[in-house]
Amino acid sequence: MAPILQINDLKKTYKGGFEALKGVTLDIEEGEILALLGPNGAGKTTLISTICGITMPSSGSVTVGGFDTVAQYRQARSLIGLVPQEINLEPFETVWNTVRLTRGLFGKSRDDAALEKILRRLSLWDKKDSKTKELSGGMKRRVLIAKALSHDPKVLFLDEPTAGVDVELRKDMWDIVADLKRDGVTVILTTHYIEEAEAIADRVGVINGGKLLLVEDKTALMARMGQKQLTIELREPLASVPAGLAEFDLTLAQDGAALVYTYDTKQDRTGITALLSALSGAGIGLRDISTRQSSLEEIFVGLVKESAA
Amino acid sequence: MKLTAVWAIYRYEMTRFFRTLLQSFISPVISTSLYFVVFGTAIGSRIQEVEGVSYGAFIVPGLIMLSVIMQSISNASFGIYFPKFIGTIYELLSAPVSFLEIVAGYVGAAATKSLFIGVVILGTASLFVDLTIQNPLAMIAFLVLTCVSFSLMGFIIGLWAGNFEQLQLVPLLIVTPLVFLGGSFYSISMLPPFWQTVTLFNPVVYLISGFRWAFFGLADVPIGISLMAISGFTALCLGIIWWIFRTGWRLRD
Ligand SMILES: Nc1ncnc2c1ncn2[C@@H]1O[C@H](COP(=O)(O)OP(=O)(O)O)[C@@H](O)[C@H]1O
Ligand SMILES: [Mg+2]
Repeated sequence: MAPILQINDLKKTYKGGFEALKGVTLDIEEGEILALLGPNGAGKTTLISTICGITMPSSGSVTVGGFDTVAQYRQARSLIGLVPQEINLEPFETVWNTVRLTRGLFGKSRDDAALEKILRRLSLWDKKDSKTKELSGGMKRRVLIAKALSHDPKVLFLDEPTAGVDVELRKDMWDIVADLKRDGVTVILTTHYIEEAEAIADRVGVINGGKLLLVEDKTALMARMGQKQLTIELREPLASVPAGLAEFDLTLAQDGAALVYTYDTKQDRTGITALLSALSGAGIGLRDISTRQSSLEEIFVGLVKESAA
Repeated sequence: MKLTAVWAIYRYEMTRFFRTLLQSFISPVISTSLYFVVFGTAIGSRIQEVEGVSYGAFIVPGLIMLSVIMQSISNASFGIYFPKFIGTIYELLSAPVSFLEIVAGYVGAAATKSLFIGVVILGTASLFVDLTIQNPLAMIAFLVLTCVSFSLMGFIIGLWAGNFEQLQLVPLLIVTPLVFLGGSFYSISMLPPFWQTVTLFNPVVYLISGFRWAFFGLADVPIGISLMAISGFTALCLGIIWWIFRTGWRLRD
C-alpha cells in the first residue's frame, strides 16, 4: 500500500531568509506512530505547519492519502487533524462550541453523538458547557485534541503534546495515542523527551537544524546503535586496569571498585566469556555483575552532536 | 463552495453576538435617541426643512448609514483580527476551506450584525419622526450592500492589522471623517460650490445619497452612479481579499 504521507525534499525558508527545513524526505505508513525527536528550533513545528497549510513550502511537495497538500488542499487537509504546540483556544467559548466549529470547518455535517463519544473518551464530557478559560492546562490540551479528532482524521499531528505537562497527564496522553493507533489513526508526534518516543513510537525520526538525520524502527534503532555496558564489581579495588586485560575495552569505575566493559550487542561474539575467564586467570575476584542497555537518549545526543560537528 | 464550513463559521461568530444581544440592541437605541435630541430638536428647530423633507426625517438615512458603516467595519475587522491575536487562526489555515468560504462566513456574520443594528435604528427613528419609504426594495438593497461592502473592508483591515492600534487607525483616521463629511446630516447642495466638488471624491457621499433617494426620492448624485459606486467598492474589496489569501500576505509565513 502507498504511504499515507509522503514528504519529498521539502524545504522552507522563512521571509527573513532563515532556512528552517533543508530538504526533508519521509514516508509514513498508514497506522503507524512516528515520533519526531529534536531539540528546540530543530524545525519540528515548521515541518508540521508546512504539511498542514499554516505556512507555505518554499520547494518540494507533500501528499496525504495521495493528495498534494497545495494543489489538492481540500482533499489533503480533510484527512488531517492538528493539535498545535501552543494552547490556542478562544477563552470565552464553550468546549462544545469550539469542538463543533472544527467539525463544521472540515466540512462534516453535524453529528452530536460522534462529538459526545470523542469528549467522553477524552474525559471532557462533563466540561462540555464550560468556557475554555475555566479549564486547567491539561484539560485545554485535551480540548485541542478533541477538536483535532472531531472530523475523524486519518492522520493526526501532535506537536509536543506533553511539553510542560505533569507526569500523570503524560501517561494519559500516551494511552490516548495507543487508543488512536488501535483505531487505525496514523499519529505523528513531535517531542524532545526521549522517553516519550521510546514509550509510544513505532518509528523514530531525529531532526536537527532543519534536516532529518535518520528515521528508523525504534527497536531496530536501539539495537543498531545500542551498546551495552557490563559492570563488574570487584572484591578488591584496583589502581589501574591490569595489563593482561588490555585487549578488552575496560574502564575503571567507582574509585577502582568496579570495571566497566563496553560491548556491541549486534556482534556475534560479545567477548564476555573471554573477559570473565581472563579475570579469573588474573586472580581478580568478582562481587557482582550487571548490564545496562544504552538508551535512546544517548543515541540521540550522539547523533545531534555528530550533525553539529 | 462548501456551505457546511461557511455555516460553521457564521454560526460560531453569531453566538458571540447573541451572548450580548441586549447590549447590541440597547446601545443603538440610546445613541439614535441622542442624535434626535441634539440634531432633530436643537438644530432641526432652526433648519426646518431640506428640499421638502423635515430635517428630522432627512437625517435618518444618514444616521443609519453612519452606524451601519462603523459597525460593519468594527465587527468584521475584530472578527478576523481576534483569531490572529489569540492564535486560533491556525484552525482556519489548516482547514479544507477556500478563501471564499472564510470570507462568506466572517463577512456574512459581521454584515448580519450591522444589518440588525441598522434596522433597530430605523425602528427607533420612526418613533421620533414620521417616515415614509418610497422605494422599500431599493432601501433594503442599499442597506444590505453597505453592510456587506463595509464588512469586506473591515475584514481587510482585520487581516492587515498587526496590533490593536492599527485596528483602530483606519476607522478613526479615514472612515469616520469620510462618513461625517459624506452628507449624513446635510445635503451636498448646502455647501459652497468648491466643497461640493471636493465632496464628490468621497465615496460615502454616493452611498448616503442613494440610500436617501430610496427613502425620499431625492438624491445629491444620480441613483445609477450611486449603485455603480457601491458595486465597484464591493468588487474592489473582494479583489483585495482574494489577493491576500492567494499570496498569504500577513496570514501565512
Ligand atoms: N515565522 C517564522 N519566521 C522566521 N523564523 C521562524 C519562524 N518560525 C520558526 N522560525 C525559526 O525556524 C526554526 C525552527 O523553528 P520550529 O519549527 O518552531 O522548531 P521546533 O518546533 O523544532 O522547536 C527556529 O530557528 C525558529 O526560530
Ligand atoms: Mg515546535
